[in-house]
Amino acid sequence: MRDSRKMQEKIAFGVITAMALMTVSALILIIGYVAWKGLPALNWKFIAGTPGDPLETGILPMALNTLYLVLLTLALALPLGILAAIYLKEYSKEGPFVKLVRVATENLAGVPSIVFGLFGLVFFGKLLGLGWSLANGALTASIVVLPTIMRTTEEALASVPRSFREGSLALGATRWQTIKGVVMLPALPGIMAGTMLSIGRVVGETAALMFTLGSSDRAISSVMDSGRTLSMHLYILAHEGLSVEGAFATALVLIALVLVLNLASEALASRAMNKGGR
Amino acid sequence: MNVRKTTGYYIVDPEPRQKRASDALTAEAEKRERPIRAMLALAAFISVAAIVLITIMVFREAWPAIKSQGLLNMITGSSWKPTAAKPRFGLLPMIAGSSAVTLLALAIGVPIGLASAVFSAELAPKWAQSAMKRSAGVLAGIPSVVYGFFGLMVVVPAVRLLGGTGMSVLSASLVLSVMILPTIIGVSEAAIRAVPDDYRQASLALGATKWQTIKNVIVPAAKSGIVAAVVLGVGRAIGETMAVILVAGNIPVMPSGLLSAVRTLTVNIALEMGYVRPGTLHYSALFTAAAVLFAFIMAVNLMVRAITRKAR
Repeated sequence: MRDSRKMQEKIAFGVITAMALMTVSALILIIGYVAWKGLPALNWKFIAGTPGDPLETGILPMALNTLYLVLLTLALALPLGILAAIYLKEYSKEGPFVKLVRVATENLAGVPSIVFGLFGLVFFGKLLGLGWSLANGALTASIVVLPTIMRTTEEALASVPRSFREGSLALGATRWQTIKGVVMLPALPGIMAGTMLSIGRVVGETAALMFTLGSSDRAISSVMDSGRTLSMHLYILAHEGLSVEGAFATALVLIALVLVLNLASEALASRAMNKGGR
Repeated sequence: MNVRKTTGYYIVDPEPRQKRASDALTAEAEKRERPIRAMLALAAFISVAAIVLITIMVFREAWPAIKSQGLLNMITGSSWKPTAAKPRFGLLPMIAGSSAVTLLALAIGVPIGLASAVFSAELAPKWAQSAMKRSAGVLAGIPSVVYGFFGLMVVVPAVRLLGGTGMSVLSASLVLSVMILPTIIGVSEAAIRAVPDDYRQASLALGATKWQTIKNVIVPAAKSGIVAAVVLGVGRAIGETMAVILVAGNIPVMPSGLLSAVRTLTVNIALEMGYVRPGTLHYSALFTAAAVLFAFIMAVNLMVRAITRKAR
């Protein structure tokens, strides 16, 4: 009797471990394959050149466009999200308004990217007349990442010990002075980790940008100009089959970006945990 | 001093609070804070405004098609021919496509994800736990286009060996299953770790093996968290566009088998939005597809809330 239970356990644990290995191998397979096929195509001309001949697709304009998009999106979403999170955490009681905001934020987090894209097309593009532009893309992307920023900022604020706030208030500071001077600083690593997550989301976003940022292959020169990001470029290369090498190299660049962001986010998150324990 | 007598004992009401000098200062501080509080509340309200505007926009643009074709007709119509002489706007092929791809992705992804979560929470040494966490984290961050591209380059040729073009339900589901792994693992693992240690100790004390404990005690106790994880995975899979568009074949017909090409609601919108003219019925029909998608995801979100609330 005992032997059969031991047998069952051995088999079950074997299967479970194998499945866990499958998860890790999927990751290694994807990264490894893209790296293997993409590294040969990754030369300086590719990174710093501009697309001319479709077989020699340089990605500098796309990289720049991605950078501009990320910067403008953060400029919009960070203040909005952080202030909103401060309100939820520090200024309000758990009344109907707060509940409404939380439900709205949760739902917003679940909206598919393509629906965000449609919204951007109709609202920012047509109604506000922004057309296909960096402005439209950034506005749309900022709504996409708003829930992430709100959530991570709220968690970061929550991890700051109460004693900090109480001490500051006891010394006569107003609530805003307390937040500005005492609470924000230790919350910063958590907020930055959330920012890294959001950057990753913006970099990887395609469906929401298709009809808002556009897909021109030049570098963006103004806020009303349009141009494709790295992810969009990969999609176009893959969909139209123009340059398999270029596609692999672009995919590799994207994966490398994600890895860097991930490492940075992890480093920040662990710093946040060490600091918040006092 | 106010003394009340109730049945059995006396209650002494506390003196009303004396006015202090600091009361004026507090009142003034609160008044100075009022504009700040208003600005912050406005920032918080933006979320609400965004979701409301999105909902209004989707249903407003979808309305012409719904009025002209009838919602029921569109949902049950199995013929999508928007550019034909007599246009047909049946969404059923895409609804079936989304459902098939999602269900199969779940069938593959949930067992593997749940097993990985169990492994990480119950079986793995510390180094393996952090390796799993990192892997899940990186998998979660990889852009969907990259998944789609990998699917196109590796999964599709592999599936082609089984027959057909390779662009199929099977390919899309395989790609999606990897994409939902981090979601399933993350939430399930949290749920499993949240099971109180007493449960484990009690089960082991009664003589159960570790596996029996996991199977009969821990996983059932974490059930609502695991269900929430699955539902979140559903939401993710259904909303995916870029990973699917490169591997699924995108023919708007009812899927006839694992190897048949399929088009999901999301892909339908993405592919055709590029060449519709606004104001036409075709344009509006695409928004109807978006509305169906949107309604489904809102329902999924409500389910998650209900499940997690029950757990609390």
